[in-house]
Amino acid sequence: MDWTVIAEYMPLFREAAFLTVRLGLTGIAIAIAVGIACAVVLYYRIPVLKTLVSFYIELSRNTPLLVQLFFIYYGLPKIGISTNPVFCGISGLAFLGGSYMCEAFRSGLEAIPPIQSESAESLGMSRLQVMRYVIFPQALSISVPALMANVIFLMKETSIFSAVSIMDLMFTAKDLIGLYYRTTESLFLLVVFYLIILLPISILGSLLERRLRYAGFGA
Amino acid sequence: MDITDNKENMTEAPVLLSVRGLVKSFDGKTVLDGIDLDVRQGEVVVIVGPSGCGKSTLLRCINALEPIQGGEVLLDGQKIEKDGKNLTAIRQKIGMVFQSYDLFPHLTVLDNITLAPQKVQKRPRREAEEEAISLLKRVGLEGKAGSYPRELSGGQKQRVAIVRALILHPEVMLFDEVTAALDPEMVREVLDVILQLARQGRTMLIVTHEMQFARAIADRVIFLDEGHVLEDLPPERFFTEPGTERAKNFLHMFEFEAVR
Repeated sequence: MDWTVIAEYMPLFREAAFLTVRLGLTGIAIAIAVGIACAVVLYYRIPVLKTLVSFYIELSRNTPLLVQLFFIYYGLPKIGISTNPVFCGISGLAFLGGSYMCEAFRSGLEAIPPIQSESAESLGMSRLQVMRYVIFPQALSISVPALMANVIFLMKETSIFSAVSIMDLMFTAKDLIGLYYRTTESLFLLVVFYLIILLPISILGSLLERRLRYAGFGA
Repeated sequence: MDITDNKENMTEAPVLLSVRGLVKSFDGKTVLDGIDLDVRQGEVVVIVGPSGCGKSTLLRCINALEPIQGGEVLLDGQKIEKDGKNLTAIRQKIGMVFQSYDLFPHLTVLDNITLAPQKVQKRPRREAEEEAISLLKRVGLEGKAGSYPRELSGGQKQRVAIVRALILHPEVMLFDEVTAALDPEMVREVLDVILQLARQGRTMLIVTHEMQFARAIADRVIFLDEGHVLEDLPPERFFTEPGTERAKNFLHMFEFEAVR
């Protein structure tokens, strides 16, 4: 392994890492919002919307991200919606992640016994207040482990972005290997940078979990 | 235990809660079949009956936690309906305590009590907290304001649940077998709080299996069986000479013959 090559590649990988994190976190944030909205629809069994959400979840979970990206990247322009790689990456990740996040939140919501809403309702709270102050905070803490697993999973899925020419870490590594045949150095940097991104998320996840366990939420 | 003072004029007190011809069924099976019941201001009405007779369902219907299939429930002449637009306003006038511990596990005792006053009644935090502390004192739990529900015993949780309902200044309190899930040594501390409320002249509707307690606290005992009100008597009459065979059989279950 040639360390001078590594030093030379470093700035390229750093740029790519920033892009990966930026697109990944944006996509994940939207996925969480989509997931919460869908989970609430399923929890209250809202007619019509409930069917749409179920259809979306099956579609999203049973097709590969690569296919979803191709659909957005090549398909949408054909029906007159112009896209660019960044939009494509973020929306693809949000489309995939939304269903996983929905399932995580839904299991949290359904773990809360009905007596919790009933006692909150009997105190005169509106449905919205019951959800906001009583059900949601408890459901969220129950969902944290699944939620963090999804964040890590989605962050890793960003490696597919290279297929729609987003210059993320994977793209950079493949590019450099193709140009200079510096396979070892490129792959080494690829692994290191993914670890730099993902390890803190993992550690944050276990800290959160432990804190919530000590707080004894949902118990 | 003298709780009968100031209760001579009971028959002249205005009717606060009125249940008229209430019908409730689950999947076509009728659980409550035309219940009529009036509760006057300051009256303590105890509902007893075999399990599955619809006692708890009746309380849940009064609070509109269950949709009803017929009849009506009126509080102060206002109709209580599951999808009525003034439902949250009426529910504040009805305090309910359930059998299972229903405190919010993610909030401290103080936050459990002050959540509804702040969010529903829009009262300032400071004022709600002051009242919460003084109510906690009355039930002997002033030291537990900062504790989480999981740190409390069953009896303590039920006393907090009572305080959480009282702080909204309800006109009537509903107790749904509040001691049924408690260890025997904790039953007393909860019943004492309810007795204290009776002495203050609170209007209460109580479902219980504690017959001695029922006898001590009730102004009237309602015997419910298979969805019908079979008896509506003062406690002394009900426990000594109930009018129906079914009530006699029911009361008999609480007695033991001497073995020797």
